[in-house]
Amino acid sequence: MSSSPDKLVYMANQIGKFFHSQGHDRAVQGISEHIWKFWDPRMRKQIFAHLDAGGSGLEPDVRDALLKLRQQA
Amino acid sequence: MSLIQETDFGTPKSKSETMVTLTIDGNQITVPEGTSIMRAAMEAGTQIPKLCATDMVDAFGSCRLCLVEIEGRAGTPASCTTPVMPGLVVHTQSDRLKKLRKGVMELYISDHPLDCLTCAANGDCELQDMAGAVGLRDVRYGYEGENHVFAKSHGCENDNWMPKDESNPYFTYDPSKCIVCSRCVRACEEVQGTFALTISGRGFDSRVSPGMNESFLGSECVSCGACVQACPTATLTEKSVIEIGQPEHSVVTTCAYCGVGCAFKAEMRGEEVVRMVPWKDGKANRGHSCVKGRFAWGYTTHKERILKPMIRERIEDPWQEVSWDEAMNFAAAKFKGIQQKYGRDAVGGITSSRCTNEETYLVQKLIRAGFGNNNVDTCARVCHSPTGYGLSQTYGTSAGTQDFDSVEDTDVVLVIGANPASAHPVFASRLKKRLRQGAKLIVIDPRRTEMVEAPHVKALHLPLMPGTNVAVLTALAHVIVTEGLADEAFVRERCDWSEFEDWAAFVAQDKHSPEATAIMTGVDPSDLREAARIYATGGNGAIYYGLGVTEHSQGSTTVIAIANLAMATGNIGRPGVGVNPLRGQNNVQGSCDMGSFPHELPGYRHIAGDAVREQFEAMWNVKLNNEPGLRIPNMFDAAIEGSFMGLYVQGEDILQSDPNTKHVVAALSAMECIIVHDLFLNETANYAHVFLPGSTFLEKDGTFTNAERRIQRVRKVMTPLNGYADWEVTIMLGKAMGFTMNYSHPSEIMDEIAALTPTFAGVSYAKLDELGSVQWPCNEKAPEGTPVMHIGGFVRGRGKFILTEYIATDERTGPRYPLLLTTGRILSQYNVGAQTRRTENVVWHAEDRLEIHPHDAEQRGVRDGDWVRLASRAGETTLRAEITDRVAPGVVYTTFHHPDTQANVITTDFSDWATNCPEYKVTAVQISPSNGPSDWQKAYDEQARNSRRIAPVVEAAE
Repeated sequence: MSSSPDKLVYMANQIGKFFHSQGHDRAVQGISEHIWKFWDPRMRKQIFAHLDAGGSGLEPDVRDALLKLRQQA
Repeated sequence: MSLIQETDFGTPKSKSETMVTLTIDGNQITVPEGTSIMRAAMEAGTQIPKLCATDMVDAFGSCRLCLVEIEGRAGTPASCTTPVMPGLVVHTQSDRLKKLRKGVMELYISDHPLDCLTCAANGDCELQDMAGAVGLRDVRYGYEGENHVFAKSHGCENDNWMPKDESNPYFTYDPSKCIVCSRCVRACEEVQGTFALTISGRGFDSRVSPGMNESFLGSECVSCGACVQACPTATLTEKSVIEIGQPEHSVVTTCAYCGVGCAFKAEMRGEEVVRMVPWKDGKANRGHSCVKGRFAWGYTTHKERILKPMIRERIEDPWQEVSWDEAMNFAAAKFKGIQQKYGRDAVGGITSSRCTNEETYLVQKLIRAGFGNNNVDTCARVCHSPTGYGLSQTYGTSAGTQDFDSVEDTDVVLVIGANPASAHPVFASRLKKRLRQGAKLIVIDPRRTEMVEAPHVKALHLPLMPGTNVAVLTALAHVIVTEGLADEAFVRERCDWSEFEDWAAFVAQDKHSPEATAIMTGVDPSDLREAARIYATGGNGAIYYGLGVTEHSQGSTTVIAIANLAMATGNIGRPGVGVNPLRGQNNVQGSCDMGSFPHELPGYRHIAGDAVREQFEAMWNVKLNNEPGLRIPNMFDAAIEGSFMGLYVQGEDILQSDPNTKHVVAALSAMECIIVHDLFLNETANYAHVFLPGSTFLEKDGTFTNAERRIQRVRKVMTPLNGYADWEVTIMLGKAMGFTMNYSHPSEIMDEIAALTPTFAGVSYAKLDELGSVQWPCNEKAPEGTPVMHIGGFVRGRGKFILTEYIATDERTGPRYPLLLTTGRILSQYNVGAQTRRTENVVWHAEDRLEIHPHDAEQRGVRDGDWVRLASRAGETTLRAEITDRVAPGVVYTTFHHPDTQANVITTDFSDWATNCPEYKVTAVQISPSNGPSDWQKAYDEQARNSRRIAPVVEAAE
């Protein structure tokens, strides 16, 4: 966990793992809401940039949640 | 001002609701059944002479001074051990009683020194008072006979005489003054629950004995001070009283150590503290204390306190002492420069959980309104942030549900990841008292803690592997659901039923059973099943938990699992039950309440909510940023990345307390301006450019909020040595930055908090003065506060069950790092030790030690007391080993109180998924014998010494 996108991807996936047991739809809702509520804008900007660059390493639920969140923004 | 005199009623208050009327000295009095005649008389204003009775402990009936006559009964019964009965007619004074009492006193005094004028208890001696009360004028027996008073008798050594025991740094035991009333022994047993003291010998040979005739320091004594407080003579006396003399006035205030929030009388002579005495009306502590609050306040006048502001351009430079104006202007120019260069969001601050609510509120106000961003966080990030998240999700409020009194109605206590005997000692004493009355105890902890080993307490201990809390709690839920022990009626009435059904189906899966999870958790499945049955069916079940729950990558999940358990068993919403986070620092609850988190305003309301934010904007007359700011770990990452360059830290030592020290050093070194506002040059100050001297809790007015949501006054008893209270310093810093805050007293700040925060709407200094304390929510609905929450329904509406899947931490053991390190606290030291290391408390704990199981030690050739190298993937340090089977094989344990150990060099930056609370409690490590400090420790020490230099002030020549 040295460089920044790796760390944010790790954090986002960690959030994803908690919501995973609630099923895809509720997980996507839960993850996007969590990131919206608790992440500073510069962190969100960085993870969106990573998403644009292919979003490697992001779990499927997390990827969908970030897409949803960016649409709302 | 005068000395607050608390009435000693002689025996404890009866809780009975049945009332009894009797006549004492011709006056009718009505008291609860079970009250002693002594207490009934005192309530009516008649003090019956007494020596062995005091209302902190049960009646004992040994001194024979409190005799009374009861019409129709033979003899002269002791009023302390005789309960009231309807219609009794009692006389407290008669010729017979006078004669008996005088005879008793004469015997006492015949074996007691008569150095009253030079005695430390002069002015505060119950023996002297009683001699006066019974009219003793003469001692016929003289001192020639056998006695305990004189070192020599008839020219020979007196074998009955014992020298003073000065071993305890805070109090002296002078056996020559002891009257063997055994109040100290009973206080140690009944109030503190340690059982360190006993009476050895019989009759004339009876002596108070710590342990088996050991010294106080060498015995099990934990130096709580209960015995000193109970002693009616100068036998047990504070050394400060011996040195200074009796206090002349006192002020009630609140302890600045742990989250229990004990109320103390600061007993003063002028502006000098003579002693701190626990206040019986304090609702958190009920007249009890621990070694920290009672005795360890010497740091407040320690010579290492920094009293003048200091600045420097570079951290390699020595500090320059400057005026407050210069320091403020320097700091403001730096911060403004950073904001111009890197943007408005490039600065932020950390509020202190040791400072008052008012001070914390001001720091977050300065950041949100003055700096114009929401980069504010507090040390709760690294301790109970998962509590805030987990309980607000499930119940709708970010705090514990009960008051401490609630434990008196508890039947089953489930302690998870907490060691109250060390970290919350006064609550632990109240808990142990209840356990000795028969309540059951279950302890879930990797280590056999002091709670498990408490005398006269039988604990069901589930020693789990660090990091498996969620698996254990979900297995408890599995047993409760599959064995049909859930309280369905409660759930249907109070919770969302369909969410409960989802949850019940989830936990009922075989993979969550105790048998299936034992391989990960290490917990015996039959013990776990028994624990679940006891908690679900044993009556009022209460959960108390600490940082062993929160400081994990699944910290928030564990809090949710705890909340689920309490709901499923109906253990919420009445006295005796509930979910009780034991908060670490004195005001960590308050700092959270006051809006210290980057995403929420005071009262836990999200910054994005327009309606709430607009209220603050109107009051503060400024437009606020509606985006959440950086949390502490995010600040560090942003600093290394170059987008966060200035930090104002009030009363917290992030370098020592936060995990992965090397990462923190890198972050702090990257910043352009760090302002440290503290009492001492702490570890963080090694990387600071501005040092603003802080004030202690004795030097300011304000409020602290403890773990029970109890808001209590902190009262100024001396002028700040540094010149200003911390709230005044924050106002000055704001002013230098062009942000004006006008308050002439902290009460005005509280008024603003009350105006903006619905849960605080009814709080004012006038109300706190009147009621002593209130627990929030305190508003129109609950004008005197709320001792127990969620009565009749949850704050959020229906209780919410949330699934808790166990996900193992990514911090794994392997061939290179085969052991798991977990960290904790010790009784005598507090947090990073900045305060307690500067007191005599170091006699109990002068260094951090590594606890290791004999098996693991033997494999590595480590003997008790050897230096060992402790290495993790993050770093390495050295410390000395203590071989013990308190920890299981495969697990090692240490404390984090000393900067020269730097336990956090070892801890990693894994953190809770929801709140980024660091995973202090699980680190994979290896241990090997060592010769001395690691290279890191040497380099760190050199940097620290270099950084603490203060340039000499050069006087201008004529």
